[in-house]
Amino acid sequence: MKYLCLVYLEATKLHAVHDRECMACGNDLRQRGVMVAAEALQPIETATTVRVRGGQLSVTDGPFAETKEQLAGFYLIEARDLNDAINVAAKIPPAREGSVEVRPVRELNPDA
Amino acid sequence: MDAAESAREAVNATYLSDSRRVLATLIRLLGDFDVAEEALHDAFRAALEQWPRDGVPANPRAWLVSAGRFKAIDAARRRKRFDSLDEMDDAANLGAVNPVEWTDDESVEDDRLRLIFTCCHPALAPDAQVALTLREVCGLTTEEIARAFLTPAPTLAQRIVRAKARIRDARIPYQVPAPAELPGRLDSVLRVIYLVFNEGYAASAGAALTREDLSSEAIRLGRLLVELLPEAEAVGLLALMLLHESRRFARTSESGDIVLLEDQDRSLWNRDHIAEGSRLVERALSSGRFGAYSLQAAIAAVHADAARPSDTDWDEIVGLYDALFERESSPVIELNRAVAVAMRDGPEAGLRIIERILARGDLRDYRPAHAARAELLRRVGRIADARGSYERALSLSRLEPERRHLERRLAELNAHPHESQGNV
Repeated sequence: MKYLCLVYLEATKLHAVHDRECMACGNDLRQRGVMVAAEALQPIETATTVRVRGGQLSVTDGPFAETKEQLAGFYLIEARDLNDAINVAAKIPPAREGSVEVRPVRELNPDA
Repeated sequence: MDAAESAREAVNATYLSDSRRVLATLIRLLGDFDVAEEALHDAFRAALEQWPRDGVPANPRAWLVSAGRFKAIDAARRRKRFDSLDEMDDAANLGAVNPVEWTDDESVEDDRLRLIFTCCHPALAPDAQVALTLREVCGLTTEEIARAFLTPAPTLAQRIVRAKARIRDARIPYQVPAPAELPGRLDSVLRVIYLVFNEGYAASAGAALTREDLSSEAIRLGRLLVELLPEAEAVGLLALMLLHESRRFARTSESGDIVLLEDQDRSLWNRDHIAEGSRLVERALSSGRFGAYSLQAAIAAVHADAARPSDTDWDEIVGLYDALFERESSPVIELNRAVAVAMRDGPEAGLRIIERILARGDLRDYRPAHAARAELLRRVGRIADARGSYERALSLSRLEPERRHLERRLAELNAHPHESQGNV
């Protein structure tokens, strides 16, 4: 099963965890064959929100919703089940500073 | 098939047959469920890389345990420079485990028992025991368990996380209980297995498939326990489950309605389950240390023995209920005994006992008590009283097939009040 681990951090804590530690975590997960992909994100000020309504493109700056914690990065992982995914998420270093949301990936079903 | 492909198949086959054994041993060596599960994953990944290249090792299980242990020590060392001091201590401990005799057969079989007893430890809540046992001992995924118990997966995952934290924090030892403790601890293991079985057996139509899997999982677990620890009650529980399971296809109609024991098509009963169950009952009873599970199994075996309902040895069944009641004086057992007495001595005799139980205030809200009373009242011709009891039973029933059954009985009673409809 694939799970997406979404890392959330408050703006003041975006650099609370050293990049070296995050890279070590990523390398460890990649080596163990657990990680499919992972990236850290630029801060929320750089976000652009895109919508298409009635064929019209509208672009606004800033995120879709204001929240205290912002999306700071993600890990797409492969795990046997939800509890294994939770164990991986618990080792993502920013889990100590912010939170990690674990979501199972939904397989698209073209016949439904 | 080339050598590499057959090595990959060997890895998969070993996962199916031995991953739980390897996990059980790794928990002992590494002292932590989560660390051990990670090590298990890493060991099988290493096998997938190395077996196709170097060949399948002579003792795959020992290879996996040793690889898992090595990977865990390695991972702890790599994390050490980022982790806090007490986690460094843990890492140092991992390396200090004495590698002597970690994989000889006897200690490995003990590890599986240790795992079972730890997952069913009385310090854990019953639903946590069930979830942990199914995941760690049986190897079901969190999502599979959640589906079978009709629980959201995040709720179940949380239950498992908390149970593991409890094991860590309460320092629940990873060991088979000492003989003095064994009966009590075994009770809680048997209760977990029976709970899993009943969850799969007392199923209604809808989710029938996954729930039947739970019953087979419980039987597999029962077999494992008997193999590892052949105590009389473990044998008795396995017998009980097999004898119940033998009637699975006879106990509901195609439309999902309940078919009572006496109305079941006995040709649908699974003869292999009955034969095995009956053999196990004899084995449990002859040990002299049997208890409630063995006696209930013995009762089920007497039923299984009767080719037709009228061949049932009710005298034997009443005697077994007497023995059961002596050990566990519950009103439910008393009620079941009353039904057996009614079959042996006539409805009035059974009715007298049921009236006595209800007069005491016990089982006042227990649906089967009112359903049994209704049936016996009908048979002695007290139709108005019977109707009242059926209605009371119906008001207490929450399960759809059960309600349909009671409604049918009530309708029959209203249409043909004096026709015989058989037993309760």
